[in-house]
Formats: sequence, structure tokens, C-alpha cells
Amino acid sequence: MSRAYFDHNATTPPDPAVIEAVGRALAEDFGNASSVHHFGQRAKALLDEARTSIGDLVGGEPAEIVFTSGGTESDNLALRGAAEAAEPGGGATGRRHIITSSIEHEAVLNTVKALCRHGWTSTLLPVDATGIVSPASLAAAITRETALVSVMHANNEIGTIQPIADLAAIAHAHGALFHTDAVQSVAKIPVDVRTLGVDLLSLSAHKFNGPKGAGALWIRRGTRLVSTMTGGRHERNRRGGTENVPGIAGLGVAARLGRGKLATDAARIAALRDRLERGILDNVAGTIVNGALTPRVPNTTNISFDGVEAESLLIALDLEGFAVSTGSACSSGTLEPSHVLRAMGLPSHRTQNSIRFSLGAGNTEAQVDALLATLPVVVEKLRTLVRR
Amino acid sequence: MRIVVAMSGGVDSSVAAALLARDGHDVIGLSMQLYDQQQGEVRFGSCCTIDDLHDARRVAGAIGIPHYIVNFEHKFQEHVISDFVREYAAGRTPIPCVHCNGDLKFASLVDRAQAFNAEAVATGHFAQVAFDEVTRRYRLKKGVDRQKDQSYFLFTLTQAQLARARFPVGALDKAAVREEARRLGISVAEKHESQEICFVPSGEHSDFVGKRAEMPTGVIRDRDGRVLGQHEGVHRFTIGQRKGLGLATGVPLYVVNIDAEAAAVTVGPREALERDTLTASRVNWIAGETPASPIRASARIRYRHREAVATITQVGDDQVHVAFDEAQSAVTPGQAVVFYDGDVVLGGGWID
Repeated sequence: MSRAYFDHNATTPPDPAVIEAVGRALAEDFGNASSVHHFGQRAKALLDEARTSIGDLVGGEPAEIVFTSGGTESDNLALRGAAEAAEPGGGATGRRHIITSSIEHEAVLNTVKALCRHGWTSTLLPVDATGIVSPASLAAAITRETALVSVMHANNEIGTIQPIADLAAIAHAHGALFHTDAVQSVAKIPVDVRTLGVDLLSLSAHKFNGPKGAGALWIRRGTRLVSTMTGGRHERNRRGGTENVPGIAGLGVAARLGRGKLATDAARIAALRDRLERGILDNVAGTIVNGALTPRVPNTTNISFDGVEAESLLIALDLEGFAVSTGSACSSGTLEPSHVLRAMGLPSHRTQNSIRFSLGAGNTEAQVDALLATLPVVVEKLRTLVRR
Repeated sequence: MRIVVAMSGGVDSSVAAALLARDGHDVIGLSMQLYDQQQGEVRFGSCCTIDDLHDARRVAGAIGIPHYIVNFEHKFQEHVISDFVREYAAGRTPIPCVHCNGDLKFASLVDRAQAFNAEAVATGHFAQVAFDEVTRRYRLKKGVDRQKDQSYFLFTLTQAQLARARFPVGALDKAAVREEARRLGISVAEKHESQEICFVPSGEHSDFVGKRAEMPTGVIRDRDGRVLGQHEGVHRFTIGQRKGLGLATGVPLYVVNIDAEAAAVTVGPREALERDTLTASRVNWIAGETPASPIRASARIRYRHREAVATITQVGDDQVHVAFDEAQSAVTPGQAVVFYDGDVVLGGGWID
């Protein structure tokens, strides 16, 4: 059976050049990047190269990049590291309030919850049915106690793009730091840390054709941050532990390729997404797109199928060779309706009937058309059975 | 043929899946998630825990079939757990496995299977289905391994459900199933048998029920009406129970009657447990033929009960009267009585 992959927000296939780079680093550049000798220097060179590529991709300096194991660790380092740096004493601000949005990834939401168990307070900014955080809500929520604001750049479930520059400006006007989880926007849309005006930015390699287990946190020069992974003096004392050189080499290649693909692939992927979305709305009755259509990353659409259990639709499509997902991959197996769709105020039937289609460079028009041919049949069958 | 296999992660359903795959069927493994694993108030001890889902996934991977977890939490709550609580609260002793089979595995799962273009649903039950060419009906039969036979738990199945049911291990004995598992390299070959009710792994069903139903306290009397003690709810008792009565008497006493409305438990000597008749309701004549006149059959009043010869008379639309040749001990309301002709299941009902 031929298979088509429409779940690129969960993860992406590594680019052949990435696979080559990871394999070569594993085989030939096994040295510890902290070692002084030849082997260490070769490994270190790979890190430096990757740091430059990531800096170029997000508009930052190589020295502002800290390598991590991925998006979740980057979010943890940003939030916990900034929170600890703000703790009273040592000339810190002593502020203990954090603001985030109700549609963040669990990596942020659960880290905020953890901080709240240690004396922090938090405010979750609401969203309406558009799935976009309003700057006015941040302006209303921010206080002189607010140390940090964290709002994601693009939402992983519905793809909406948040007004980061406006939000960051409000945070800074109140003396707070601003972090954005850009895991779902990097290499999908132009991301520039200076334009966005943020202090901290998380990214993850495997979301843009890099390897799993490698990511980065961009930290604006001069930002006070305490290491959460304590250990050796790696990453300028910000992240202990021997660097994952093969993974980071792959991350660097993916970043370099990602920058190029922004120009070539984004428009094509957007056209495919629009073709899929339009085709579903036109050919499957009882369908509706969740969240605003713009601004949205070009590869994502989230659609509710009236009267269809998303879980069954996902399995039925997989058996037909189409990989999609219900909400985020991290919440599979639970019946909990998506916290994102719930925060948008959607009725429960719509939150439980929703399927996310997320496209990537490997998708073709033929795949989209095949999916469009299959969907009406599968949906009709499921609806007949559910009615019994 | 595309076949959905309900995979619990145990040996029997794993071998069932492997046998079907080996025979060239297009097999899809489905595991039912029945309880929110994260809530943690109740940890499943034997079935459908995260470990078991993990085992099922590993087996599916090893035999090369797709595997999915389907979430039946709401249906399990609705059909199985709430009935379980209601029955104990009513002074009866339920068998949740029958509802799980009839209402989940062979109802909801069959629906799912159809949605996935599968023609049949297989489980790891020790039972057999055969098509009778003469009557043009499906027959449910005991598993070849009489010690492991689970046909008792399947008596509510309908002809439509039987037509789609497959029991690949029903033709094997347990030793052969384990041997098959080892031969196929299924890593669960040595796994322990599940015995207790899956959602009450501690075996303390009274705690489980007590948390979900308001249970009045009451008294324990002897058959003459003398109060012998107090109790903390009728859900703590089952007919024939001897232990845990909290009574200090010289002779062994057994629960002989439970009156939930009066919150009264009656105890008596062992011989007071004997009954030579019972009635049962919601009877399912599984082969589809409701007997017009009284029939003679072997009746089983509990899963592990030795069959007893009885005369069964239909007395209402879905009710039967059962008269045993020899009195039976501890006829328990809420349990099933299942009728057999040799290894063929004729039907069954719920003891009143």
C-alpha cells in the first residue's frame, strides 16, 4: 500500500542531507566537543557550524544559541531558567508572576504549573474561536510582578500565528522577559528574533526535517538565565552534559536547508493545504475549519467532522494509507478533548470530532487528491455506524 | 479476510492474533482503553493496564500487524462499571465480564470493525463457533480445553454477533496456546493468568462499590430473625459467603439471603444454601430457538460450577424456571445460569 504522511506537525522525515550529516558525525567525528585534541576540535567545529546555521535561520548570533535535546527542554530551560534568575536576591527582580496562553504546548503549560507549586502565580491568556491571543488581554493581565511572558509563535494543533511582536513589546514595557515557543513556526514561516523582539526562542530539529533529540534555545545576549541542567561547563555554563554532536550536526544541516526551503517550498505547501482544505469543505458535508484561516502557518489545517469520532477516523484513514492526527501527538490515547479547541470555546462535539492535517515538503498533489477521494467514503461509513 | 482482534496484551489474544495472521488474514489489533490511566484511583491489575497495552503493541509489532488503542472509557463506565455498582448495591453479585463481552467487545468493537471494513472480530476466548447447516444458525460451543472453557461469559451474544465472532484459540488447549506463543516468539508466553475482576485488582470490590454508591448500614440476622451483628452495606456480601461476616458463633454460618431494600443480611448453616429451583430473566436462547416445551439440559450457575442436570421451562417472554434434579448450593442472584447440551451452549439468563 502506498502511504501518504499528513502529520508533519508531529514530526517530519529527516532530509537525506541530514541523515548523511548525522551518520558522518557518528562515524567520523566521535570526539567530545570539550576535548582539546584533534578529535575534540572536529566535533567542536560541527557544533560551531550548526550554531551559525541556526543563528542565520532565526536572525540571532551564534553565541546566543544553546543546544538542548529538543523543544520541551528548550521550553523548560527558558521558563525555569528565567524564573530562577528572577528569584529574590542577587540583584534579581524578585517578581514571581508568569503569563502564558491557554493554547500553549504542554511543555510550557506543565512547566508553568510546576513553577506555581513553588510559589509562583500564573495567568493564562484566553483566546476566542480564532485561536489567536489578543495583545489587549496581555495588557490587562500584566502587572509589576510579572517576570516572564511566554506565548507560542504558531499553534501546533490549528496553526494560528500569534502577534508575537506586539505581545513582546507589551511585556518589555512592563519590564518582563518574553519567551516564544517557535517549534511549529521555524522553517515554516520567516522567524527573526529581532523583528519579533523576543528574549528567548525555542526550536526543535525534528519539526523541520532534522533528527529527533536535538533542539535549541536562542537566548538574547545579556538575558539572565540560570542553568537547569547542571553539570560541566558546556554551552557557556547554560546546559551541562556532553553535546549530542551527531544530532546537532543534523540540526545545523536542517536549519541551513530550512532557510532555503522557506523561499521554495512554503508557497507550494500552502497551495496543497488550501487544496485539501477546500476539497474537504466542498466534498464532505458537516465539516468546518477550527481557528482563524489567517494568519496561519502554511502547512496546517484542523477540521471538525460532524458526527464522526476522530479516533475512528484516524484509524480508518491509516488503514487506507493516510497518516493524520487528532490534535497533538502528545495527547493520543486520552479522551481529554484538546485543551486548545476547548480554550477556543468550541462545543464538545467539535473538539472530539477534529482531525489535524499537517503537510510537508514530501506531499504531492496526487496524495492530496487521493485523500480527498477517500475521505467522503470513510466519513460516510463512520457516520452510518455511529448512528446505530 | 480482514479481521479485528481484541488484544488485551495477554497470551490468549496474542496467540489468537498470531494464528490469524499466520493463516494469511489481514489482521488489525485493537486494544481497548477502559479507564483513565492517569486518574490512578483504580489501577487495573490484570487487563488493559499501560503495561498490557505495551505488551499488545509489542506482540502486534512482532507479528507485523497494525495496532491501535481505542478508547472505550465512557462505554465501559456506562455498560460495565455502573452495572457492577448497581448490582452490588441491589444485593446481587454481578459478572462484569459478560457485559464487557456482549456490550463492548462484540458490540462497540464490531461496529468499529465494520467501520474499518473488517468482516469479523476475534478474541482470545476459549470457546468455539460453528455454523449448523441444518438449522442455518450459528452455535456457540465450549472451548476444547474444558478447564479453560469461557463460553459461560459469552451467553448473551446474538446470532449476528456470533456470525462475526472468531475464537482462534478455542480449538486449542491452554498448554498448546502457550506452546504456540513460545513458537511464535511471543514474549508474553509466561505471563500470569488474569483472575480477578480487571478494574478491581485488589479484589476488594466492596471498597470500589462503597466509593460509588451510598450504602446504608444494616443488621445480620439468623433465619429466626435474631440479630447477630451489624454490617456496613449489603454490597459487602454474596450468597454463600462465610468469611468476613464478623460474627462470633460456634457453628460456621453462611450468607443465605440478601435484602437490599431492608439492608438486611440473613445467615444460616450450610444446608440452608441449598435450592432446587431458580428463575432467571433476560434469557438469551443463543441458537435462536426458544423451546416450546420444557427441556432437559445441563445448567451452570457460576463460572466454575459443575454442571447440574435440570428441567428448564420458559415462563415468560424472557424468563425461565429451572428445576434441578439435585439441589444446588448458593444460587446467587446476579450471576448467570447457562444451559448446555454437551458442548453446545443452548442459552442462558440472569439469576433473579
